[in-house]
Amino acid sequence: MKVSMDIELQDIPGQLVLALEPVSDFGGNILSVLHQRDKKTPSGRIPVQLVFEMEEKKLDRLVERLKDRGVKVVRIGKERLKESMVVLLIGHIVHSDVRDTIDSIDSTGFAEVVGLSVSMPGVDKKSSASVTLSAIGKKELEEALHILERTVNKKGIMIITPI
Amino acid sequence: MKTSIKTVRISVIGFGNVGGGVAEVIKRKREEIARKYGLNIKIVGIADLKGVVVDENGLSEEAIMGLHTGDKKRGKMADMTTVGVIKEIEHEVMVEATPTNVEDGEPGLTHIITALESGRHVVTSNKGPLALEYKRLMELAAKREKELRFEATVGGAMPIISLVRENLAGNGILSITGILNGTCNYILTRMAEEGLPYEHVLKEAQEIGIAEADPSKDVEGIDTAVKLVILANSIFGRNATCKDVEVTGITEITPDALQLADDAGYVIKLIGEVDREGCLKVAPRLVPQEDPLNVGGTMNVATIKTDLAGDITVIGKGAGPIEAASAILSDIISIYRCR
Repeated sequence: MKVSMDIELQDIPGQLVLALEPVSDFGGNILSVLHQRDKKTPSGRIPVQLVFEMEEKKLDRLVERLKDRGVKVVRIGKERLKESMVVLLIGHIVHSDVRDTIDSIDSTGFAEVVGLSVSMPGVDKKSSASVTLSAIGKKELEEALHILERTVNKKGIMIITPI
Repeated sequence: MKTSIKTVRISVIGFGNVGGGVAEVIKRKREEIARKYGLNIKIVGIADLKGVVVDENGLSEEAIMGLHTGDKKRGKMADMTTVGVIKEIEHEVMVEATPTNVEDGEPGLTHIITALESGRHVVTSNKGPLALEYKRLMELAAKREKELRFEATVGGAMPIISLVRENLAGNGILSITGILNGTCNYILTRMAEEGLPYEHVLKEAQEIGIAEADPSKDVEGIDTAVKLVILANSIFGRNATCKDVEVTGITEITPDALQLADDAGYVIKLIGEVDREGCLKVAPRLVPQEDPLNVGGTMNVATIKTDLAGDITVIGKGAGPIEAASAILSDIISIYRCR
């Protein structure tokens, strides 16, 4: 699971390592560290944004460990794209500009195509594809599905949605 | 145990597989129906394109067989029209089992109207008249204080209309979702199991009698749409016709798509969906493999979402003469149990 975490550190040397070590200790994979030295909080602490991947069940223990080390955890955001669904497409998927089909979802800002698997049995034959959509919430996921339906309908592609 | 026996005279209009099945189950269950329900069901008239046989005291097996086999020597054909039988032969219940016609509902529509106007209850397996003229027919039945029952039209032997109306009385019905066509279910199940293309499996289904020579009504989703309209009207109080249903069939489904669905933990099924928000849709859909709607072969299945009882799923044989006759028989018995 992808986790984003806002923490606050004391403004003394060695604090960042103190905060990052436990993430590694729990098998986390750090994707991004944003150390904002110029944005001190009113109490004089330094805000840091972390993004890392970690098993969900280890998260509570990580937070405990950070607290023990004097690191203040301000916010934990689990994966931004929380809701996802699989749909199938049948038709001339690639030759009807598959990039445009994907962009229609990715350009929304609230949903993305996170998986695509295509079977192409022959040059003139119809392809089949499974598409995984992810969005920040249930409503957004439904909206992304409507956008995809409209996009592929125009291209004569059949869409099969979950019940 | 009932002590007094009530005689119920019926006519059977349309004597193909379903009509023949009705005669068969009445013969088979005569004793049991008399013992359990106090009813003596007598067939007093049968009308079909092959001919008409009538006997106000109840038709003999010989006469029924004669019409069934087309052997005119065995039973004497009456010189009457079908409408004549419905109007003039004294009986209580008309069983309408002519083939479904979704264009104009005929000849079933005329048969049902004639029967209700002649003061007969109607039990039908014919989807056409109900899909086209539901409101008008129900109003006519109410006006004449007669019953019009049609459990056999949706899901064959699988109880769904009576289940909702009687056993789930008091529940608000949120939606009904299901597989209502056994032919499509068979084709999609075989395609998924064997990785075979649609055309191949369709031919196989035609050879073993699961698909008709002209399979279009089944595979294009029209049959499912008609059944959905009957559910929408009878359970959700709508006044819908087939034109109101958004329909996609299964002819475009590829073995690759079934494989991709499997990889993602799904199967593809032709699903009919009706809900109280106005959805009326037939389309191939992804069904999670562990969902109760994932039934194979020619089976039918429906999940009824209710506000009190939660989800109820029924599975049963959707087609077949004895299965349809089972639904017709239980409709006939229900008419007299409620009275």
